[in-house]
Amino acid sequence: MSVVIFTLLRLAPGDIVDILFSTAGYVSPSEKQAIMKELGIDRPYWVQYVDWMRQMLTGDLGKSYRYDQPAWQIIRPLVPVTLELAALSTLFAVLIGVPTGVISAVRQDTTLDYMLRVFSLAGLSMPAFWLGMVIILGLVTWFAWIPPLSYVSPFQDLKLHAVQFLLPSLAVGYRSSALIMRITRSSLLEVMREDYIRTAWAKGQTGRVVIWRHALKNALLPVVTVIGIEFAFLIGGLVVTETVFNLPGVARFLVQAILWRDYPIVQNLVMFIAIVVILCNLLVDMLYGVLDPRVRYGS
Amino acid sequence: MAVSRVEIAVPARARARAGTWTTIVRFARKKPLGAAGGVLILLMLLTSVFAEILQTHDPIATDAAATLAAPGPDHWLGTDHLGRDIYSRIVHGARVSLIVGVASTLLGSVLGGIIGLLSGYVGGNTDLVTQRILDILQGLPLLVLALVMSAALGPAVHNVIIAISIPIIPRAARVIRSSVLSIREMQYVEAARSLGVRHLRIAFRHILPNTMGPFIVLCTAQLGSAILVEATLSFLGLGVPEPYPSWGRMLSVSAAEYAQKAPHLVLFPGVAISLAVFGSNLLGDALRDTLDPRLRGS
Repeated sequence: MSVVIFTLLRLAPGDIVDILFSTAGYVSPSEKQAIMKELGIDRPYWVQYVDWMRQMLTGDLGKSYRYDQPAWQIIRPLVPVTLELAALSTLFAVLIGVPTGVISAVRQDTTLDYMLRVFSLAGLSMPAFWLGMVIILGLVTWFAWIPPLSYVSPFQDLKLHAVQFLLPSLAVGYRSSALIMRITRSSLLEVMREDYIRTAWAKGQTGRVVIWRHALKNALLPVVTVIGIEFAFLIGGLVVTETVFNLPGVARFLVQAILWRDYPIVQNLVMFIAIVVILCNLLVDMLYGVLDPRVRYGS
Repeated sequence: MAVSRVEIAVPARARARAGTWTTIVRFARKKPLGAAGGVLILLMLLTSVFAEILQTHDPIATDAAATLAAPGPDHWLGTDHLGRDIYSRIVHGARVSLIVGVASTLLGSVLGGIIGLLSGYVGGNTDLVTQRILDILQGLPLLVLALVMSAALGPAVHNVIIAISIPIIPRAARVIRSSVLSIREMQYVEAARSLGVRHLRIAFRHILPNTMGPFIVLCTAQLGSAILVEATLSFLGLGVPEPYPSWGRMLSVSAAEYAQKAPHLVLFPGVAISLAVFGSNLLGDALRDTLDPRLRGS
């Protein structure tokens, strides 16, 4: 994976030195050489790669070319912002997606089912950043409320912080809820056809108990998978949302770093995202065992 | 004799034509939502083909006298901060979105399809290694990968197409591989092999045509997300460069600055993107249900 990331980045035409000097007018080639040497990008690619891997293994994330600071120092304050946003979005997605999916499955092929499906597919079709812009626009026009321009930490003003995070996570959560709703619906529909559900009905249990207690429990497995995938996807997918809502998160910073060709930052951020994705998948795999004894490992 | 030949030929042709039409009508009646999606996509296709006829202004001509004009008889959907006609820009944007969307979907699906076909057919260690590489590619979020790629390749239409197509490759390879795995074991393939047909010919002539169902479903489903990714990249300034009108860039940060004064600047391009993606999602869903019941719910 690290090789893929490294190669993709080095494909880029131009490097940080060109960008740094693009505004400086004429620069002598020897000066340029000196700076390339100082940044360590005059060496062969494989040396740079081995260097990077050695640094990663020792926990040293390298130095940002642009900020002249250790990369980790720049990334660290950004991580909680993105994680909070992703967690809140996932929460909203589950809160919207699971109930609508259940209703849609129970009322299969009714008008309500069609309406809910169109509602969720619409969420999948709208760009999250556009939805965010429209929400801000609506608030400004109707309530004359302008979102805070800069990031407010929860320790400064908890209420403002909550409002600041609520809107983007609603916009993003709506989108993710669409996937969760669809998978909940189809998975529940499948389970509802099983024999033991007929038995539960035959025992005279109420619809609520049958659906939420008997059916949903077994329908949740694919849903959990999608939630895991979505959470991992969010980390990267938040790129634009963070830009629109002006939140200093990892994803927004990634775009800036890409534009600056700041290799150490981009490499580490993409690696970080990849690691989060892998951890999410692992977590989901482990959750399977908890949720469904049939897939418990090693027994 | 000649007369009777004509008599036979005419009803035969008429029946064939009615067959296609009946299929479409039957599909529309069974999947009204899917048909609606098909209509949306068709509308987008017609718009992009006849953009020159449909436009009311030059989409890249600026007009200092009419900046940020509200929607009205002169400019149906208003103008942007440079006085460019939003309606004409959206009409031309359909062309850019469709070209980038279709081209990147096809490129990614065909490359991925070939990889999936060969990996599934050859099997063994080749398959194992290919699958691990695809795992890695799929581990990275689609947008991040496209972002890094388009930044690495530089802003140009063909680079955007490549950047968007690469994340599609592993998805396409997965789908094709899984259907190849089951087709490979069928008797007619064994028969072809016993007749001494070469491996490449078996793979491309005997197996590939039977994977077309899932392939078409995959393409329709990916078209929507390709259009969405293009819009996002352009929004971030990493997509289709000026002067092509692109829906994503029409929404970009510079437009957001004027949003309060001229909400139509933000509203209409976003609606266009949403409708296009919505259409291909609806169609993709309906096609999946009809053509490939195995993929339902995924």
